[in-house]
Amino acid sequence: MLVSILPLAGLGTLLGFLLGVASRVLYVERSNVAREIEELLPGTQCGQCGSPSCGAAAEAAAAGELPPAFCPPGGRAVAEAVAGKLGLPLDLASLVDEQPRLAEINEDICIGCTRCYKVCPTDAIAGAAKQMHVVFADACTACGKCEEVCPTGCIRLVPVTETLQSWAWNQPSL
Amino acid sequence: MFSPRLRGGVHPPGHKELSNASPIRRFPMAERLYLPLQQHLGAPATPIVKVGERVRKGQLVASSQGTVSAPVHAPTSGVVRALAEHTAPHPSGLPVLAITLEPDGREEWDPSLAPVSDPLALPPEELCLRIGSAGIVGLGGATFPAAVKLGSSLKRGVDTLILNGGECEPYLTCDDRLMREEPGNIIRGALLMQHAVQARRVIVGIEDNKPQALAAIRKAAEGQGVEVRSVPSRYPMGSQKQLVQLLTGIELPAMSRAADSGVLMHNVATARAVYQALCQGRPLISRVVTLSGQALTHQGNWEVPLGTPASYLINYASGFDCAPARLIMGGPMMGIQLPDLNVPVIKGTSGILALTRKEINTDEPGPCVRCAGCVRACPMGLQPLEMAANIRNGDFEKARSLGLDDCVGCGACSYICPASLPLVHLFNYAKGELASRQREARKMEKTRALAQRREERLVRQAREREELMAARRAAAARKAAGEESPS
Amino acid sequence: MNQPIHGPHAHSSAQLGALMLQVMLALAPATLYSFWLYGWPAFNLWLLCLVLALFWEALFLALFHKPVGAHLKDGSATVTAWIMALCLPPWAPWWLAVVGTFLAIAIIKQIFGGLGQNVFNPAMAARVMLLIAFPVEMTTWIAPEAVAISPPDITSGLAITFQGLSALPDGYSGATLLDAVKNQSAQGDPVSATLSHLDYRPTDAIIGLRGGSLGESTSALLLLGGLYLLWRRVITWQAPLGLLLGAAVPAAGLSLAAPESYPGGVFHLLAGGLMLAAFFIVTDPVTAPITARGRFVFGLGCGLLTWLIRTFGNYPEGVAFAVMLMNSTVPLIDRYIKPRIYGRTRKGDPLPITEGRTS
Repeated sequence: MLVSILPLAGLGTLLGFLLGVASRVLYVERSNVAREIEELLPGTQCGQCGSPSCGAAAEAAAAGELPPAFCPPGGRAVAEAVAGKLGLPLDLASLVDEQPRLAEINEDICIGCTRCYKVCPTDAIAGAAKQMHVVFADACTACGKCEEVCPTGCIRLVPVTETLQSWAWNQPSL
Repeated sequence: MFSPRLRGGVHPPGHKELSNASPIRRFPMAERLYLPLQQHLGAPATPIVKVGERVRKGQLVASSQGTVSAPVHAPTSGVVRALAEHTAPHPSGLPVLAITLEPDGREEWDPSLAPVSDPLALPPEELCLRIGSAGIVGLGGATFPAAVKLGSSLKRGVDTLILNGGECEPYLTCDDRLMREEPGNIIRGALLMQHAVQARRVIVGIEDNKPQALAAIRKAAEGQGVEVRSVPSRYPMGSQKQLVQLLTGIELPAMSRAADSGVLMHNVATARAVYQALCQGRPLISRVVTLSGQALTHQGNWEVPLGTPASYLINYASGFDCAPARLIMGGPMMGIQLPDLNVPVIKGTSGILALTRKEINTDEPGPCVRCAGCVRACPMGLQPLEMAANIRNGDFEKARSLGLDDCVGCGACSYICPASLPLVHLFNYAKGELASRQREARKMEKTRALAQRREERLVRQAREREELMAARRAAAARKAAGEESPS
Repeated sequence: MNQPIHGPHAHSSAQLGALMLQVMLALAPATLYSFWLYGWPAFNLWLLCLVLALFWEALFLALFHKPVGAHLKDGSATVTAWIMALCLPPWAPWWLAVVGTFLAIAIIKQIFGGLGQNVFNPAMAARVMLLIAFPVEMTTWIAPEAVAISPPDITSGLAITFQGLSALPDGYSGATLLDAVKNQSAQGDPVSATLSHLDYRPTDAIIGLRGGSLGESTSALLLLGGLYLLWRRVITWQAPLGLLLGAAVPAAGLSLAAPESYPGGVFHLLAGGLMLAAFFIVTDPVTAPITARGRFVFGLGCGLLTWLIRTFGNYPEGVAFAVMLMNSTVPLIDRYIKPRIYGRTRKGDPLPITEGRTS
């Protein structure tokens, strides 16, 4: 009886000790992870994830408060990179549902106040005071900051229209 | 003689007998023609006519734009009625910009069009230019602008021009009929192209299931220095990589163009279009289209003006025998499902098929049993089942490492799969997904750069403001001091 | 938006169900001949295996929330059960069929993920488990000539199937050739003496006059079925050829060196379950490599291992063990034996560009 209990107990103790040592020796600095995640993010401080800045969002994601797919402008590429960094499973459903969108300025109501131009984190809106503003589709991340500040409500986020170039085959149902 | 080892391939029932006995007939003008501005690979053409303008047959209505593009010509004389969106001949069925032309029935040719008296005397560059301005694209279905391909081949210097008379897709017989009826024009077109790229030799490859076409081309090629070869009929024999390897023994390296290996391939219909453009002064305004499938009453081949809607083609030429299960533009293996019947015939339309359920013969997808039929069928030596399994698991990168980029999408694997798995669909889905990820990543990169630039600008502006304020304060202080000091 | 249907808009008539039907057709002659050889108990056993396999398949499909009807129709469980039955002793009791089909269908196939996902050949793995768990019942062979003299009628056939060994009349049991040769060789008897003592002629094995598993006795009919499958392109030739070569070549070699200690290649080819394995077991696509060369290597390994186990191992017959061992190497074979991609080197780099100035 004792012969079998003792080695097992000894083995358990040894393995437990090794695990304890490993958790100390191989410990990964959490803040380090946050910094690495921040480097993956667009850095526009757009606030779409609910955090005030990309840095804060990275901290939250590292702490597990935000899911890996938290960053809408980053899309799947960022979500996958973050999930990989944290070793978390990735639920793409939340991202897939969201269609890509673009800011669009209604020329009839725009008064050229330049407020949108000032808040745009990617300089995607061009235009001077008292003049029509235009959106550069390439640079727009659909963060919605311009929509918030527009005094006349002339900016709307509209879904990107699909073209032959952007169209792709869907996932076959199996 | 070499005996290149060709791999894979399938033998789908040809169904060529449905349409290969009827000669090519001229198709009457439809009431409206829809000319999409993009009938080719590359940048869409720019319209140069206005709504309400009268155009003549063969007149340029949209000019090419950019290096890879092709112009569009009016298939008949008439009035431009609209410049509006029309259903694209594309699986998505998305709208594209198209010129709507109302024919006036007078068929007045553009007087500025004139044949070249001796095209072989022209310098090769000039020949390429003229072929380009005639709007000729690859008529086998790839629709790559012919002049671009010829031009780059001329610069690169090619040894062999291959004329593709494979027509390995089931049902399609338009090239077959063309080779039987106009072998001389095809050979002349081939010789013109040979001159345009300064190729040393020309080989015509024709599948051995078209003996009459083979004989006709052989006869026309006699004494012209053109080699005509029969190739075994097997799908996808008409694919560039397979035909080049069979005829020349050259295995085209991955991620390179055929011209890099000294080979240029063109379809027989393209050769005929080149002949028409140079020797008859006729730009590409019509093409031979096969109408086939057992859901149609009359199958056959028609010389159809570009822009003719599919509905008009089917109503006038045939009508349905029974309700078709699927309408297809192109061949059944690589063709697309027609989004609707308004889709016009374009430069790449080799056929319009109306298939019954029995002809399609597909089933609900089942589990893969690793029978490896797809591995044996793949002409590219890929392992479709492994790629599909990884794509279904969402591991697109692994699928790519297994050779996703080498897939030519011929559909031999899906055709043979006993579990009816949509393998090519999976591969195209994965390719689209990888491309969109790449786009997203590029946009992210750009966004980050823009955000950083703005950040720096804001900091700089703040500093400048700060400096300005400091300067003002200093000036004010100096002024105050100056006022004080004299006292 | 309504998603379009992707091509190809044509499909070959090869469907899984049709392929399985061909396999059953190919198995039929050998099976019918075995029924004639061994009488009613053999038929009972075969029928039991088929019914039970379908039952287990349906039960586990339902448990895993898969469409029962569609999967039962594909015929894969029927084929597995059929081959399973052919691997059992001809007069095996009913509960061997119950346990065997449960192991094959439920444990080896469904638990691993169902059709296409199993690592081991269900029939072979089940046979190995049964052989280890029930060595006596699994090696109680019936001598065909005894059956021919007094074949059991329906009632005694049912008694044999459902009451097991206790109902087995005396005088029916016999040893297989492989058993006899192994035992006699162990006692130092030369092979030729053993064989002549047994009155062995290679034709016996061909027409099935030697005891063995239900489906093992008629090599000729199995070969016929296999050739039919090859002709209909249901199976490819690489794995069968590999297996036959893998067993026959070393056997012939060793036999040449020491003819009195080791029987020759033809003996091995015609004895035991080698023919069954060659055309119906190593050709099971699920548990075989996917490339042609891979399948040859796989077959070669199976044949070689079979011969090694038969010659140097503890068991007189080694096909099942050999197949299971080779099944476990399939991922390895698939990893290292891949087709070369067109336009690329074996390593996957693009081929160097060569100017095609051939003359």
